[in-house]
Amino acid sequence: MSFDLENLVSDLDIRGAILYFKGNVDSEVINKALDLVEGKLLKTRETPRLRKKVYNVLVESLQNLYHHADRIPRGYHASRPDRFGLVVLEKIGKGYRVTTCNFVGAAGVKELEEKLTRINRSTPEEIKELYKEILNHQEITAKGLGGLGLLDIARKTGHRIDFRFKRYDDLNTAFRLSAVVAPA
Amino acid sequence: MEPIIIEGTPKTPSIKFDARDGVFEIKGRSIPENSVEFYKPLNEWLDNYMQGPLDKTVVNIRLEYFNTSSSKCILDVFKRLEAIHRSKHDVEINWFYEEDDEDMLEAGEDYDSIIKVPFKMIEIVE
Repeated sequence: MSFDLENLVSDLDIRGAILYFKGNVDSEVINKALDLVEGKLLKTRETPRLRKKVYNVLVESLQNLYHHADRIPRGYHASRPDRFGLVVLEKIGKGYRVTTCNFVGAAGVKELEEKLTRINRSTPEEIKELYKEILNHQEITAKGLGGLGLLDIARKTGHRIDFRFKRYDDLNTAFRLSAVVAPA
Repeated sequence: MEPIIIEGTPKTPSIKFDARDGVFEIKGRSIPENSVEFYKPLNEWLDNYMQGPLDKTVVNIRLEYFNTSSSKCILDVFKRLEAIHRSKHDVEINWFYEEDDEDMLEAGEDYDSIIKVPFKMIEIVE
């Protein structure tokens, strides 16, 4: 069987997910996903604090795909080659898990892995200081601020960010990132 | 100088910057994919205001959500306000956050530690 980004989330309960999307993550898709999730969260008994955290982490996760998903590999089947990604929002226990998958050019894998490893090794205070450092000193680029989205997810969740890579071919790697938002 | 007034949308905040009374407000959600594009006219307006600011400028920030892309643009707004403050004009930033929204409070504290302008954290109790 040929590789599909869905293979990276075969351990997740996609059918029971609050949100599942695979395709071109453009502005319209982001708007619809956020509307849908906000509506569903409002129907729950979750505290406003938890609802806001989930919403925030989802915004950053979707916009990470929008800004950073690399083009799909040649030969991979998709209706459009750019901003191709997958997102899943699940209820797990008392919290929520946001998972995204996308392709990363082989050249970007090491940097991304180092960035996430550094975040996961940092204390909440170190993450806060690093966030402020980047916020104050880095120029904004067309792709947003490098790494601020990941730091924000780490700050808002207070948990380790789970990530994995799966080599697709010499030039492309599939990437999965999961963050868990749990009640305080 | 004409005020700058922008209606809010589900992804962008409402803006009301009025040079006649020196009261500026950013309110709502700031989660656009391209924040630079949204904040550009605002910062250009501030560049003009900086040429002859009022003795006192009060800035009210009432954000429900903002993304990391907006965070830098908001900092750019604050840096202009800091320049006004440095030029011996009163500037006060009121950072509103909802009760229990520790993330929004922390975000305000981040700015407070970066920007040298009097910052007031105001909790909105429902």
